[in-house]
Parts: sequence; C-alpha cells; structure tokens
Amino acid sequence: MLVSYSWLKDYVDVLVDAKKLADDLTMSGSKVETIKSYGNEIKNVVIGKIISIEKHPDADKLQVGIVDVGEEKLQIITGAQNIKVGDYIPVALHGSTLPGGVKIKRGKLRGLESNGMMCSAKELGLDESLLPDYQRNGIFILPELPIGEDIKKVLELDDVIEFEITPNRPDCLSVVGIARETAATYRKSYRMPEIKIYEVADKNPANVTIDADDLCYRYVARVIRNAKIGPSPIWMQMRLLKAGIRPINNIVDVTNYVMMELGQPLHAFDLDKVKNRHIIVRRAKNGEKLVTLDDKERILDSEMLVIADEEKAIGLAGVMGGQNTEITDDTVNILIESANFKGSNIRYTSKKLGLRSEASSRFEKGLDPEITVMACNRAAQLMAELSGGEILNGIVDVYPKPIEEKVLSVRHKKINKLLGTNLTIGEMKNILTFLDFGVICDGENLVVKVPAFRSDIEGEADIAEEIGRMYGYNNIEDTLLKGTQITAGVKTREQKLEDLVKEVFLSCGLNEIITTSFMGMKDLDKINLPDDSPLRKAVKIMNPLGEDQGYMRTTLLPSMLNVVYTNYSRKVSDLKAFEISRVFIPKSLPLEELPVEVKTTVIGMYGHDVDFLTLKGVIEVLLDVLNVNNVKYVRSENTLYHPGRSADIIVDGECIGVFGEINPDIEENYDINREVYVAELNLELLFKHAKDDERKYKLLPKYPAVERDIAVLVDKNTFVADIESIIRETGGKLVDDVKLFDVYTGENIPEDKKSVAYSIWYRSYERTLTDEEVNKVHDKIIRKLNEKLGAQLR
Amino acid sequence: MEETLRNLLEEAKRELETVDSIKSLEELRVKYLGKKGELTKILRGMGNLSPEERPVVGKISNEVRAEIESLLAAKRDEILKVEKEEKIRSEYIDITLPGKVHEIGHKHPMTKVLDEIKDIFLGLGFSIAEGPEIELDYYNFEALNTPPDHPARDLQDTFYITKNILLRTQTSPVQVRTMEKNKPPIKVISPGRVYRSDETDATHSPVFNQIEGLAVDEGITMGDLKGVLNLFAKRLFGSDTKTKFRPHYFPFTEPSAEMDVSCFACGGKGCRVCGYSGWIEILGSGMVHPNVLRMSGIDPEKYSGFAFGMGLDRITMLSYGIDDLRLLYENDLRFIKQF
Repeated sequence: MLVSYSWLKDYVDVLVDAKKLADDLTMSGSKVETIKSYGNEIKNVVIGKIISIEKHPDADKLQVGIVDVGEEKLQIITGAQNIKVGDYIPVALHGSTLPGGVKIKRGKLRGLESNGMMCSAKELGLDESLLPDYQRNGIFILPELPIGEDIKKVLELDDVIEFEITPNRPDCLSVVGIARETAATYRKSYRMPEIKIYEVADKNPANVTIDADDLCYRYVARVIRNAKIGPSPIWMQMRLLKAGIRPINNIVDVTNYVMMELGQPLHAFDLDKVKNRHIIVRRAKNGEKLVTLDDKERILDSEMLVIADEEKAIGLAGVMGGQNTEITDDTVNILIESANFKGSNIRYTSKKLGLRSEASSRFEKGLDPEITVMACNRAAQLMAELSGGEILNGIVDVYPKPIEEKVLSVRHKKINKLLGTNLTIGEMKNILTFLDFGVICDGENLVVKVPAFRSDIEGEADIAEEIGRMYGYNNIEDTLLKGTQITAGVKTREQKLEDLVKEVFLSCGLNEIITTSFMGMKDLDKINLPDDSPLRKAVKIMNPLGEDQGYMRTTLLPSMLNVVYTNYSRKVSDLKAFEISRVFIPKSLPLEELPVEVKTTVIGMYGHDVDFLTLKGVIEVLLDVLNVNNVKYVRSENTLYHPGRSADIIVDGECIGVFGEINPDIEENYDINREVYVAELNLELLFKHAKDDERKYKLLPKYPAVERDIAVLVDKNTFVADIESIIRETGGKLVDDVKLFDVYTGENIPEDKKSVAYSIWYRSYERTLTDEEVNKVHDKIIRKLNEKLGAQLR
Repeated sequence: MEETLRNLLEEAKRELETVDSIKSLEELRVKYLGKKGELTKILRGMGNLSPEERPVVGKISNEVRAEIESLLAAKRDEILKVEKEEKIRSEYIDITLPGKVHEIGHKHPMTKVLDEIKDIFLGLGFSIAEGPEIELDYYNFEALNTPPDHPARDLQDTFYITKNILLRTQTSPVQVRTMEKNKPPIKVISPGRVYRSDETDATHSPVFNQIEGLAVDEGITMGDLKGVLNLFAKRLFGSDTKTKFRPHYFPFTEPSAEMDVSCFACGGKGCRVCGYSGWIEILGSGMVHPNVLRMSGIDPEKYSGFAFGMGLDRITMLSYGIDDLRLLYENDLRFIKQF
C-alpha cells in the first residue's frame, strides 16, 4: 500500500517527517517497507509553455524550442520529438538538479545555446510505464498549468510511504485507514473527506437485484448523467501514479481515487450499455464467457459471481469490469457501483482465473459493508465535479442483511494480565477511543463497541493487542516467566541417541549434509530400483514444483548420490558424508492417513583411503558406542549394491541396515568413475537395539593373560568371522580376546587358500593360568578349526 | 712401590682425560681396577713388602683405588650428560611440519546454529518436541485459527497431498499436538523442516527449517514473551544485542509481534547485512490465541502462553554471512568444511 504523505496530511495533522512517521507507525502496527522521496533531489524545475519549435540548423535529430517559463523565455535544445507548440512541460532551468544528482547547466548544443532541459517523466523520477503513450515517449506533456510554477508543488512530488498491510487489516488499505492509525499513534484526531452531493431532481433510473445474497452482501449505486469524459486533473493523476495506479480518464480515475482514499473498490458502468438499466448480481453460468477490461476472454463457472444486466454478464464481481460496459470517450451516463462481496468467493474467482486486481485484493480480505454508501457518494461528488455531470436523485442501496453492531465486554484486569502491564482503565479507554472504538467503563470491565471496519476484532485478546500496540510493545517490562512453574528442559532418549550418532559420524570424519525431502521417479530409476520395490510406493505431491520434485522420498540414497556426484564433478578429491533425515512410507496409496516418517541415515564415501572396511569401521564404532550387541554381517542380496562388497547388518536377527560399494551400474548411471561406498541405516531400529542404558562395570582382570598366536590355512572364501566364532565358542570363558592380525594370499600359499593369523589372549579372572591349561584349550581350538573348516596349522 | 702407585694414579688421570664414551670408560676401569688390572698387578707384589710397609702401602693403594673410582664416576656422569645432550640435540625436528591428523567431520552450519539454539532453550527449561512433516490440514491451519476461507492461507503457498493432507508450511502444528498431549506447564521448542511452494533462488527454497517455541502455564504474560526472547537473542547474537518488538499479525497469536535484533554485523549503525536499517527481523511471536488454546483442550481462562517461530536457514545465513541459500542444500564439502 503506497501512501503519499501529502495526501495523508489531508486527513490528519502531523508535523514529523516521513522517516519519523514511518518508524512510529511501524512500532504501532503499520509496518513501513520503504519510503520513496519523489521530490527531494529536484531543484529549480518549473512549468514551461512551448512558444515555438524549429529544426536545429546543424543537427537532424535536434529541435530548438523557445519556452516561456514565466519570468523569461528560454531557448532550449531537445532531442525529443513528441512536443508541439502550446504544450506545457517541465523545464529544468540553468543550475537545477534532478533525481540521481543530475545537474543541469546552460550549454551549447551544436553551436546553439540551450538554457536548460525539457524533462521526461522518467527524468523526474516517475514510473513512465503507468503513463499514456503521449506522455511516455519523450517529454512529459502536462495539461495547462501556471507557467513558472515549481514542478514539485504542482505535481505534488513528495514522500511516498509503502506499508506492508497484514491480511487482517483491509481497512488500512486506504489513505483514510492509515490516517486513522496515524492519529491514534499520536493520540490525535483525524478527519474524513468532506462529502457534499448536489442531486438534480430527476430520479435515478437504475435498479439493482441481488440474486445471490450469500455472495453479495450489499450493492449501492448512483447514476451520473451527461458526464463529459476526459483526463482527470493533474493532482488526481499524480496521486494515482504515486499509488502505482495508471490514470485513465476522469471517471475511472475517480473510482480508483476513492478506492485508495476510503478502501472501497468501485466500478463505473456505461449505463447506456446496461440492458434496461437493470443490474443483476448473480452466479455465472458454467462456461459463460466475459471479456474483461484487459481484453481477455474469461470462461466462468457457477461458483463465480458476476454483475449482469438482463441479457449478459457485464462485470466479474469484485475483480474486474466487462469490456461491454466500459467507460469510453463517448460515454455520457454512468452507473457507480459500490458493493460488498464475500471475500473468499472473490479470492476463489481471482485465483481460478489468475486475475488479481487492486479491487480483488481488497475484497478477498473481507471489507466493511458500512462504507459503501459513503464511497458511492464521494465518487458521485468527484465525478460530477470533474466531468460536469449531474447526480441523479436517489441512491440505490440493496442490503438484505445489515450487519449487527459488535459489542464486547472485556476485563481490565485480564488485559493487564495478558500483557504484563499495569494500565488504568482510563488509559485503556483512551487508546481504544482514538482507534474509533466506542467505550463505556462498567466497573472493572470495558464495554467496547467495535467499529464496522474492524472485522478482525473478535475478543478480549484482540482488544489487548490494540491496547498493547498503542501503549507500545517496547514499553512493556521484560520478565522471565516469573509467575510460572519451573520446568526441566530435556531431550528424549531418541533425541540423545540421534545426537550420539552424529557425534560418532563426525568423529569418524564424516561431514554432515542436508538435502531436500523431494524425489522424482527418475531418481529411483537412476539407482536401478526394481519395479516392484516397495520404495516406489511414495507419497505424491498434488502441486509439485516439477516432476523431479513430485514425491516425498522413501530413500535417502538418491540425494546422497547426487551430493556425491556434485562433489565428484567439482573435483573434490575425497568425500565422507552423512545425512540424518526422514523418509516417508505410506501405509496405503492414495494417502488416507498420515504416512510413517522414519528417521534414517545415509553415509556416502569415496576417496584414496576409502574401501569397504573403512565404511565397516564406521558402522562398527557406531554399534559399539550405542552398545548394540549380537551383530552379524551377512552378504547382502540388495541389488543396489556390489554383490561381493556389501553386507546387511543383522542385529538379533533383524536387518537394521545395509552398506557396501554401490553397484557399479549405478556408479555408471551417475557418471562417477570411482568406487562409491554407501550405508543406509534405519535409526529407529538401531535405537531399538541400542542397549545404551545397560552398560555395567565389569571387574578389571587381576591375573595375567597368556598370548598365543595362531596361523592357519583355510579355503580362500572362508569368512574370517566364522574362524573367530569357532575360536570363541571352543575357548569359552578362557578366551579373553581374539584379534585378527594377518590375512595373506600369494607366494607359498596354494591358490585356493589363504593364511589367516590371530592373536588369542587366554585369561582367567580367578587365577593365573598354567601353560598346561592354555595348551589344552589352544590345541582344542586348532582341532576344531580343522574339523569344521579344514584349517591347517601353518 | 708407593711411587708406582702414585704413578699409576697419575697415568690413570691422564688417560681419563682422553676418554669420551662409556665404552672406553669401562675399558679404562677394567684396565686399572679390574681383576687383572694394573692395580691388582701392583698389589700382587705386596708379598715382597715388609710388614711395616704393608699397612702403609695398603692404605695408599686403597686411597688410589678410591681416587680412581671417584674420578671414573665423575667422568661417567660427565659423559652421560654430554651423551644425553647430544641425543636431545640429534632429536630436533621441524616443528612447523604439518600435524598428523585424523580428520574429523564437520557439522552442517544449520546444525551448528540449531545446536546453539537448542542449548539456550534447554537451559531455560524448554524440552524438544517433534511432529510429522506430512501433516493434516487440521493441525497446520484449522487448529491454528486459520479456517479454510481465511485470507492468511494465501500468505503461504502450500503443497498438498490430498484435500486434507499437506506438507506442513510451518512448525506451528507441533504446538497443537504438544498441547493436546500434555498439560501445562508446557515449555517446548520444535525444530524441523517445513515446505512452501517457492521456486529455489538465493533467498527461497521449497524446503526450509523453522524452530517453533511454545510456553503455556498460568499467568504467562507478554512481558514474559519479551523477556525470554530478549534473553535468547542476547545469548545467540551476543550480550550487546538489543531487541525491538513490532506489532504484526499471525492467525494463531493475539497479540502478535515480530522481533528485530540490532544488527550483529554493524552493531546497529546500518550496513549491507541489515539493509542499512540497523535492525534485522528474526522471528514472529505472540500470545497464543485463545481459540488455539481452546481447540487444543486448554482452558484460556486459566492458562495463557506465548509462541514464537523463526527460520533456521535465515539465521544461519545471517550468522555466517552466507549470501545464497542454495549453498545450504548443495552440500559442496568445501562449503561444509568451513564450519
């Protein structure tokens, strides 16, 4: 909402500058985005009238103009072609300045003296795109204005303040609304525009029928006769321009001017094109067509409200008028519409047709039906003044269910309690009164009459906000929950475990990444996910940004591989990364209830020191820190992985994750010419198996251990895990620890064999073991290894 | 004989001069004091001495032995000291060589900031609550005083799954879920992902992160809201930080306020970071709307509360001077490793 400060001053007397006003209004609830100062750099630019124009003798593209600027007549050279003798134009005199710090000085152009510059609208800092062609291409041609007058004064080049108005305050989408807020902020009064109507004796010939009173709450109309269409005066054009609205003609401009002034959108129909001068407000027919003022044909549906006559639709209610009843240069008789529509319906229509207008953006927030009559009269007054038309006798006002006055009883104490303030009942009453609330004090209560334009006020809390913001939020004393019970800030077990997982990964050298939660079906194709995989049953977004972001991810793998690719393609030499996030697993599709959101982690790695065992090391540390026991690594059958270099992680018989080298086919799909290792773990299952709170102190050994090394030849494809478990099973309690220290193939070893070497520590917690005891167990282990795996001692 | 002994001592002294290692020192010891050493050799001739001479020579020989021993010991200490010094000298290294590093990983910058925020609120007695990202319309809007026709729905472009199921546009639904499940006193923060259908650019992402906060108890005031959030701002941005509360509008709080903090880049003088205003908008907040309390099963006559919400992505960008949001989701490790 753009508000010219001069315009605002028509309704409220303020002395502060625009910056101060902006700060103060921001703090009282009307947030200022920016201030645009139109005139502050302009100096010495006046109105001039062109007396003569001649071609420059030595330059084809230049013209020599003589311009009357009041005290003298100046010769000015210009390159513009849109001027003619008699035009009124802005003239930058010798020694003048323009926006951007441009200084204009007397000078010579191709030998002829030029005593200033004729200005374009752009050179004066105005938005040319809103101007008609004749003012846009070249010099800013003005209507007749006092010659020699300061341009800043006649064009009202002042500060324009842009407000961000929240959707609950459509009443502030008007200069009067901002004036009201300004007045309340400074505890002053404001005034409404003075409206005087002179009706002629002839009766208003139009009549209005509302056929859809659930969508149209009120329809007010007046008729202007014998209007003469022409441009509106420069002051009105300028105010519209500064508000970002294109000036059109004296009728349309008035509707826009009054909308900006009072916040009530208006529309003007060419009454002679309205069949039988009968306005009918009705739902559109399905497929009904209407060409709107922007020359576009709109196809309507039965949810949309139209303004129609007895034959046809003539306007899209609250959004845009129809071309068939547009005000043209030939229009003589005008019907002013000042109506009130259901906000949500206007929003629907506007959204469905992709057509937003100043009117629709106001209506959709829900406006005050009580202002319609005033706005209609104000428009009639201005139209009559500007077009010479006559206001016919009588106003049409169809208002089936007038709104009831809202009266709230609020408690003085409760408001102080909510705000943490100590305001007297009188102070509260004072603030509310300045905001146009009617207030009666009733003991400890305030009985508050809510003005009709404040449909956002519903209860005590709303009143508290009004009082709070005008008292000043920053005047409320800061307190630290002094009256409340103390609470402990705690994390849940899962939250703590998640932190722990992160810590482990970080200390293992993995970097944390965060990716978005979307995926496309192509991502799943790229990881060669089988067609029947349950991961293809994903939650689909109805209105995605694109196909590649059409689903909620069921796996973190594609995101990780994308990050791997990003880094690989940017020549990042080594990558170790992890992400912890949710995957979304629907119970059924289409979704009938919320899907299951599973916390999952994915690891990705490549680099010079990265292989299967690097990754496995991370998993082992993780499981150790979380005290997960009974872990088995089983060759994985997951086709997304390298068949020989991947494992499922089985805990207590349940698979909690998989890791290994990604299948080389997928590495190819991603154009990554390296071995990429990934792991996927279901954190919920991991946490289920974590015995994090079951750690108990175990006695430190008092007696020495006896270390024996053992090296055996076994078949090449024997799992070392099997050897270790035979050692442990056979050795029972006496085996304190087992460590693999060598796996060897090659020279001196048969091709189908490998040599595996272990250190075994034998220990008793009760006594020192004798050599004899150790030898007995050790021999038994060697025997068992031979029996079960055919292992030969080396 | 006496003379011989004295000469031996003198000779030993002389030879000791040239000794420079433990090894040659030991050889010297054996040469003079060993079983077959010089001293023994001389003493073997004791038998030829008269009984009067014997005790005298015996005494002298003991003195000579003692003297040699003490000289040897002194020399030994000297040599050891020199050797130790030499060893240490030989062990000098280039201490500017790079260290042997077990590289540890880096947290994502958003996690670093989030961890700080969590710590601050945990210390203030707030627990951490979580809620679903795919959410019912009811929790995301309706229970937050935003019925279907509400104009505020336009402020947020929502991704829908079905008519009633959507991707949450804010972390605020966790407020409602928390109030439904718990009785006051309630103090929680709820960090998490939220979704809005904005095309990705330097300041927008369809997925981003918010942190919600909620406190509900008897007697909570707007002064408490200000006090807690002011304290939070000082902890996160530094103790010189000033805060400013501006009236604003959120459907689920009343009164509502936005909080600005004094720019931590320029201290409030005005710079590029704060758009030359000296202030940076950080969060939205307000007193929980009585309708929201009521719908969540909490009696607004008895209880009141405040709520707030802030954008983690934005605060992270401001904290580290990151000027493009896309960097946060691109995960170039050269970026991540800076934090």
